[in-house]
Amino acid sequence: MIGVGEKAPDFTLRNQDGEKVSLSDYQGRKVLLVFYPGDFSPVCGDQLSIYQEVKPEIEEKGVELVGISVDSFFAHKAFQEKLGIDTTLLSDFEPKGEVARAYGSYLDAPLGFANRTLVLVDEDGTVAWTHESPNPGEFPGANVIFDALA
Amino acid sequence: MADLTSAPIPPVGPGDHVRGAGEEGLIVYADLGCPRCAGAWRRLRERPGRLVFRHFPVRSKHPRSPALHAAAEAAGLQGRFFEMVDSLYGDRGRVDDPHLWGRVEEFGLDLDRFETDRRSESTAARIRRDFQSGIRAGVAGTPAVFDACTLLRDREREF
Repeated sequence: MIGVGEKAPDFTLRNQDGEKVSLSDYQGRKVLLVFYPGDFSPVCGDQLSIYQEVKPEIEEKGVELVGISVDSFFAHKAFQEKLGIDTTLLSDFEPKGEVARAYGSYLDAPLGFANRTLVLVDEDGTVAWTHESPNPGEFPGANVIFDALA
Repeated sequence: MADLTSAPIPPVGPGDHVRGAGEEGLIVYADLGCPRCAGAWRRLRERPGRLVFRHFPVRSKHPRSPALHAAAEAAGLQGRFFEMVDSLYGDRGRVDDPHLWGRVEEFGLDLDRFETDRRSESTAARIRRDFQSGIRAGVAGTPAVFDACTLLRDREREF
């Protein structure tokens, strides 16, 4: 798991609309990276739905919310529509999980996806806070995010 | 700006929706549009002791939920909160406005008052208050059932 105070590895991934998005695009703003196992899994659906409900409050804190999983951007689009969310979802698809690996969040075979991990990157691209779930079946409530932003 | 940092769930107070009597019982954060909640509600309502219902509508997952919670709250202002909750969970296929009006008539409520109350700022604030207390307590899915202040886990999921 990447450590607080380390430089957040830059990346360029496609979002749910197929557009390229880089971490450096967020320079000057805080961004909360939400690594999650996969689109359409029950826990991931709950996690992103709950976070969507408090997204305005997260944004009031000057933080942008960005989800990342190993799914394709086509799957991201369908997942976003199914959940009724507008959170940006980035596709860590090829090489599979490369960004999750760079952040120390990837769970190797037989799982083959990111663990449920939160990484807060501050305005100058430094890791300000992290949270890793004990297992992919659990996700931190939104209160944990607000504790970190307090 | 609302404080959404961690905090235990609030103790049961006079503003809560309480079914049953006694000092012991369960507090459930539930979403009226959630099928899991509907299934759990059938079991919860048959338990002896006190049952407290707190609003936890997840709009993105269940777009109709905010309207259903507002309807329950408005029915509650005329003394029929749990009748509305039972009915909404008991007949999940009939939750559009005409169906709500049918329930209002069935329960003998004042429709004009119901219509005003379910759209009022105070109703929205009442629902939001419950939701935010759930967020602060770490509610991460519905139904979330608390025994006193402890979250009961009734299922484990792989991912």
